[in-house]
Amino acid sequence: MKGMTLIVKTISSWVKMLVFLFGIYIILFGHITPGGGFAGGVILACSYVLIMLAFGRDYTEENLSLKLASKLDCTGALLFIAIALVGFMYGGFSFFYNFIQQEYLAGKETAFKLISAGTIPLSNIAIGLKVGASLFLVLLMLSAFRPSDSSEKEN
Amino acid sequence: MEHLEFYILLLFVIIGSLVAVETKNLLSAVICIGAAGFGGSLMFLFLRAPDIAITQIVVEVLALVILIRVTISRDKTFISGDWELVGVLFSVGFLLIIFLAGTQVFDALPEFGSPSFIANNHGDTASGHYIQEGLSETGAANIVTSVILDYRAYDTLGEATVLFTSILGAVVILRKQSRNRLETEP
Repeated sequence: MKGMTLIVKTISSWVKMLVFLFGIYIILFGHITPGGGFAGGVILACSYVLIMLAFGRDYTEENLSLKLASKLDCTGALLFIAIALVGFMYGGFSFFYNFIQQEYLAGKETAFKLISAGTIPLSNIAIGLKVGASLFLVLLMLSAFRPSDSSEKEN
Repeated sequence: MEHLEFYILLLFVIIGSLVAVETKNLLSAVICIGAAGFGGSLMFLFLRAPDIAITQIVVEVLALVILIRVTISRDKTFISGDWELVGVLFSVGFLLIIFLAGTQVFDALPEFGSPSFIANNHGDTASGHYIQEGLSETGAANIVTSVILDYRAYDTLGEATVLFTSILGAVVILRKQSRNRLETEP
């Protein structure tokens, strides 16, 4: 997979940032507008899929290596568990207690603002990180996997 | 005829799935699965569920790209094989049983389009409580997010665990080092 022609490379080098930005928007505004961690994470993975299709596998691995992607994946999962456990400590042994909303934001008019809803945006970020990194890993692993001849260079 | 667009989209999805099952070419099967998925996404949009529609269409695009670019280009694209009589008879029998059970289930369900889970609108049921109190209790304007990440976050944790475990399995099975070692050793 050496990449495509110059036209595709140029266009995708412009478009990839917009796709990535849209993924970040979908994640960050998940508690206000439709979307959320899962959809935003998949869009983040889609931007890397675009880079991989246009520029080839080696270029993508220089950008976001396999080790870094798996670390991001684990970070997202651990962050999500950590949010759950902090809520567990705060709120009288109830898992996923929304401690920021209940303890600090209760009674304040924060609806429809970006900083609202307590732990929900944090959970969205964690899930988005996790889903994006894992789906990128799937593509990376599957494109590395060649059933017949793995000694030959990728064409 | 009420809900005409659903019947058209449903027909589209059914035809796409049937062609995907029946065709011999693997590439056209994958494309038909994609068409069925986009039909499902449009149905979610008509049902006013934009969260699910966004997720469906995005996952569909990613799955199509992965299937076409990575799997199809490295595999045999034609399936061969004939029908086996016993297998076909068994599948048709199972499908008939499932169909009969399904008609019983659909008789018990409420009318299409009527909100079945908020029978009384005073917040007595769980979903009624979410709709009435969701904004004030969680502070999230998007009620779907407030359900999946606050009221039902434990469910989301299980979902994330499933994804994590499957990716772990894929990485362990498909890693490059073990394949290279296997091929250097006779």
